Amino acid sequence: MSAVTFDDVSRHFGAVRAVDAVSLSIAEGEFFAMLGPSGSGKTTCLRLIAGFERPSAGQIRLFGAPVQDQPPYRRPVNTVFQDYALFPHLNVRDNVAYGLMIAGQAKTDRHRDADAALEMVRLTGYGDRKPSALSGGQRQRVALARALVMKPRVLLLDEPLGALDLKLREQMQDELKSLQRQLGITFIFVTHDQSEALSMADRVAVFNAGQIAQTGTPEDIYFRPETAFVADFVGSSNILPARLVHRFTGRDCPAALRPEALRIVDTGPLLARVTAMSFLGTATRVVLDADSIRLTALLPKDAPRPHIGETVTLDWDASDLHLMAGA
Amino acid sequence: MPSERAPVSLKIAAGAGLLFLHLPILLIFIYAFTTEDKSYQWPPPGLTLKWFAVTWGRPDVWAALRLSLQVAAISTAVALVLGTLCAAAVSRAHFFGRETVSLLVILPIALPGVVTGIALRSAFHIAEIPFSFWTIVLGHATFCVVVVYNNAVARFRRTSGSLIEASMDLGADSFQTLRHVILPNIATALLAGGMLAFALSFDEVIVTTFTAGQQQTLPIWMLEELVRPRQRPVTNVVAMVVVLVTLLPILGAYYLTRGTDAVAGQGK
Repeated sequence: MSAVTFDDVSRHFGAVRAVDAVSLSIAEGEFFAMLGPSGSGKTTCLRLIAGFERPSAGQIRLFGAPVQDQPPYRRPVNTVFQDYALFPHLNVRDNVAYGLMIAGQAKTDRHRDADAALEMVRLTGYGDRKPSALSGGQRQRVALARALVMKPRVLLLDEPLGALDLKLREQMQDELKSLQRQLGITFIFVTHDQSEALSMADRVAVFNAGQIAQTGTPEDIYFRPETAFVADFVGSSNILPARLVHRFTGRDCPAALRPEALRIVDTGPLLARVTAMSFLGTATRVVLDADSIRLTALLPKDAPRPHIGETVTLDWDASDLHLMAGA
Repeated sequence: MPSERAPVSLKIAAGAGLLFLHLPILLIFIYAFTTEDKSYQWPPPGLTLKWFAVTWGRPDVWAALRLSLQVAAISTAVALVLGTLCAAAVSRAHFFGRETVSLLVILPIALPGVVTGIALRSAFHIAEIPFSFWTIVLGHATFCVVVVYNNAVARFRRTSGSLIEASMDLGADSFQTLRHVILPNIATALLAGGMLAFALSFDEVIVTTFTAGQQQTLPIWMLEELVRPRQRPVTNVVAMVVVLVTLLPILGAYYLTRGTDAVAGQGK
């Protein structure tokens, strides 16, 4: 059974269509990422699942049951907020135990459970501190423990790593992944960072202007983007416009071509001028201008290097050219 | 960079300013102990504690004090409820005319008390409401609400909105969220606002003169008493009590909100 189902769900704020007729299905136990630029509707989707927003139209189901009329406190989901939203007047243990206290669990029981949850996020011994005495990474873990102690069937994470520095972020990515495997519950994760989404999630939905541009595995999204928006947002794919694609394939649609698929050869279908080069260690990144279309190529380190300003001939395998829906 | 030491002239000026502000209050305290009761003669011919006993025995003082305490307590209670609700609405919800409501709530404290007083008096007259204890409370509540509102709204603004969502997310309904998250987070602001409101109400003169009938609150009683050249030091004894009753809550409010946000409305 799918954990979360959207059937043509819309959320309009006045004339703004924050979420516009979105349908999706997230499986139980899945690590699902909602990826998109700010204002693309991904966070609104998360808030619709949590219950902080009501859909303007459409139906939301959790484990098969319609929930659009249920308030947040009746839904079997918990949220890790972007700003963590720890209660400043409670210490760490009481923060984690808050949901259990509301549920009516006795003090010794809920403190024991809270300490166990703190141990799970490796914060043993921090229970008596106030949230203000913790670092950003520690607060993030407390927020995680506070949600997980409720044993939700779906955990929602709103840009959970956004406020952390790079090293902490990579560490938390690994921890979140192993936590999700260990607990086996559904994680739904909102981010604007494509590398984060691709490296952590089982499946990714790419949002654009309130709609899902593409849903698929990280490999699908990375190697087989269905629209120019996805190709552009997800990575450094070259986007060949329809007129160029038409010349090579006879098809009238844009196509994505990964930089590593471009080769500099003696005879080939496309001429381009080298405008910039940068040495990356294992490869050389070459920026080319082909008839005012900007292309990037990654040359292996043993390939001959062109000169800046030189005109070269480019080729690629037909199978690397990924045709997309109209831009 | 500020220099470590202020020039001597500045120190003298500051000292003189402070003396100018506080010497009259000290004089009032001294006259509470004078043996002479017809006019304020300086220096006092002698010192005595008998005026405390005389004051203790005057039923009109007790009646005025009781009225003032009751009015202040009820005005503060009304202000706490209305001011908090209003602050919550203005800082949490987005609705048409929100800024206007915010301005209209604060307006009574910006208006001269005379205007508020006359406006209320004519309103009571048109509505044919007889002057009573409750008309005084209504008058005081107009500015007490502002003080509570200002304190609460500042705290609400600093309290992250996601705290309420987090509480709901963890299973708490609106009432549980109010009790376990909102109230603990705004408690000191409410206490500070309530204390200020109490102090403002307790020594209010202008609005009260327009909204009270025959009843006398303590400040009104003092005003009347000054005209009579008999047992004048009794007024000074009462003045000392008023200073203590109003100063302590204001000091308390100051310490409660120190380092958090300015206690708005102190200037009334």
